[in-house]
Amino acid sequence: MTAVDHAVSVQNLTKSYGAFNALSGVSFDIERGETFALLGPNGAGKSTTIEILEGYRDRTGGEVRVLGEDPQHGGLPWKARLGIVLQSSGESGNVTVREQLTQFAGMYPNPRDVGEVISAIGLDEKANTRIKNLSGGQRRRVDVGLGVIGRPELLFLDEPTTGFDPEARRQFWELIRSLKREGTTILLTTHYLDEAAQLSDRAAVVAGGKLVDIGPVGSLGSAEARIPIVRWRESGIVREQRSTDPGRLVAELFARLGEPAELEVVRPSLEDIYLELVTEENAEAEARVAANSLATEEAPQTPAAAATTTTRAQRKAQTPAQTRTETRA
Amino acid sequence: MSVLTGTATASQPAPAAFGLGRTVRLGLSRIGYETKVYFRQTDTLFFTFLFPVIMLTIFSVAFQGMGNVGANPDGTGGISQAAAYLPGMIAAGILLSGVQNLGVDIATERGDGTLKRLGGTPLPVLSYFFGKMGQVFATSVLQIALLLVVAVVAFGVSLPTDPAKWMTFAWVYLLGIATSAILGIAISRLPRSGKSATAVIIPPVLILQFISGVYLQFALLPDWLQTVASIFPLKWIAQGMRSVFLPESFASVEPGGSWQLGLVAVALLIWLIAGLVICRATFRWIRKDS
Repeated sequence: MTAVDHAVSVQNLTKSYGAFNALSGVSFDIERGETFALLGPNGAGKSTTIEILEGYRDRTGGEVRVLGEDPQHGGLPWKARLGIVLQSSGESGNVTVREQLTQFAGMYPNPRDVGEVISAIGLDEKANTRIKNLSGGQRRRVDVGLGVIGRPELLFLDEPTTGFDPEARRQFWELIRSLKREGTTILLTTHYLDEAAQLSDRAAVVAGGKLVDIGPVGSLGSAEARIPIVRWRESGIVREQRSTDPGRLVAELFARLGEPAELEVVRPSLEDIYLELVTEENAEAEARVAANSLATEEAPQTPAAAATTTTRAQRKAQTPAQTRTETRA
Repeated sequence: MSVLTGTATASQPAPAAFGLGRTVRLGLSRIGYETKVYFRQTDTLFFTFLFPVIMLTIFSVAFQGMGNVGANPDGTGGISQAAAYLPGMIAAGILLSGVQNLGVDIATERGDGTLKRLGGTPLPVLSYFFGKMGQVFATSVLQIALLLVVAVVAFGVSLPTDPAKWMTFAWVYLLGIATSAILGIAISRLPRSGKSATAVIIPPVLILQFISGVYLQFALLPDWLQTVASIFPLKWIAQGMRSVFLPESFASVEPGGSWQLGLVAVALLIWLIAGLVICRATFRWIRKDS
C-alpha cells in the first residue's frame, strides 16, 4: 500500500453521536490531482465525512490521512496546504471582497494574486463592495475565492454551487477545471449530479452513513442498474422492461403490437442510477428500523430494482424529465 | 468566474516559516482589519464606543443643579458633577471595550461561522487574539481621549498636572484594558449562540457598572454590596481611576480610607491571570461535535 501517495486516505471511518451512527465503515482513497465527488441525500453523512477530513470533527473510529497527516492533529503548515469551502457561511460581512481576500491571502505562504482571484470568481465589479451587500450567489463566490486564495494542494468544496444561477455554475465549473489542470486535488460534495458528472474523475455515493458505491461516474451502480429500459404503453398501461439487447425487444414488440405506443428506450442516467442506489439503501435502513422497533409503521419503500412499475412512478415524481429522454437503441 | 493559473504544488513552506515572527506579523495585520470592522458596526459604535461619553454627558447635565460634589457647607469648593463622574466613565469604558465588546463579538463570530472559517486557515490562534486585543486597545484609547476632550471642553473639568498621576493612569489603564480584553475572550464561551450573545453578556456588565462605583458613588453603597463588587475587576479599575482624577482629599471617602493602589494592582493581576488560564483552557475555533 502506498498511502503516502494518496491525497486522502480513509479506512473504515466511523462516527457516532451517542447511539446514532452517522458514519459506519466508510473507506476510500483520493489520488493526487484527482477530482472526487461525494454524492448522497441530505443527512447521508457527506458533510460529516468532509468535516472529519478538514479536521473540524473528531472521528469515532477508523484511519484517516489527509496529505499524509491525521486531520485531528493537523498543524498550521498542514492547514496552509488546504483550501476549505464550507457548506454555509453567515458572517456579518462588514469588509469588502478585496479586503477579505487580501486579509486571507496574508495567512498563506504562497498565495494567489488577489486581483486574479477576484476576476476568476467573476466579482471584478463588486471588488470594493462590502460582502454583506452581495447576493447569496455572489457571497458563495467569495467563499470559493477564500478557499482557493492560498493556492491549496487539496481543495474541499462542500456544496459549492448552492445559490448559483446556471450561468454562474458553468463559470464555476471552468474555474474548477482550471484548478484541476494545475494539479489541485479536489473533494466535492454536491446535490447536482450533472455537476459531479462534469467535474469529477470518480464519485462515491453515501447513504445512511455507508458508502454504497464508488467508481468513475460512468460506472456507478451495478451493471444491472445500467441496463437500458424499454418502455411502452400497452392496453392503457405503461409497461417497462430492462433488456441488455433492447433492439431485439423492440423488434418483438413491433411484431406483436405493431408500432408500440409511447415507445422509449432509456439508458439510465446518472441520476436514475444514483436514485436507485440511495433508494435501496434507504429502504434497507427503513426496513432495519421497522424490524428493530415494535411500532407499527407504514410499509417501507420497496427496493427500486424489485418492482419496476411502482418505483418507476416514484422516480418519475422525483426526477426531472429531461434526464431520461436520452434514447439509444 | 474563469480560470486561474499557476501550480498548486509550487512550494512546500519550511516549518520555520510558521514561527513567532509570522504570528506577530499576522497579529498586526489582524489589528488593522479588526479595528476597521469595529468602526463599521453601528451598534457596537453606539453601545460600546460612545456609551460612556453619552452617559457622562447625561449625568453631568442632569445633576448639574445639585451643585458640586464634596463641597463645603457654604457651597464652595468640591468638584463638578462631570469631574466626579469622569473616572467612573473611563473605568466603564475600559470594561465595555474589553469584556462587552469582545464577549459579544467573539460569541457572534463563533455563531456566524467566522471562527469556523478561520479555524480552517493557517491563522494562529495567538494572532487572532493579538488582533482582538489590538482592536480593544486602539478603540479604547480613542474612547478615553474622546471622554477627556468632552469632559474638558464641554464641562470644564481640569485634568491632573502631576506626572505621577499620569503614571498611575498609565499602569491602571494598561492593566485594566488587558484584563478586560482577556476576560472578554474568556466570557465569549458562555453564550450558546451568536444571537443570544448580547442577552447573556450585557446584563452582568451593566450590573457591575452599577455596583462598582460607575453610576453610583461607591462609598454610598451598603457594605455587603461593596464586598460583592470587590470580587470583580471593575471596582478596582474605577478606584484606580478615581485616584488619578479626583483630588487627594477624596481618598478619605474610600471604604479603605485610601486609594489602595497596591490592592488595585493585585486584584487586576489575579483576574488577568485567571482570564489567561480560562482562555488557554477553553478557547476553540468551533464547538467540536455539537
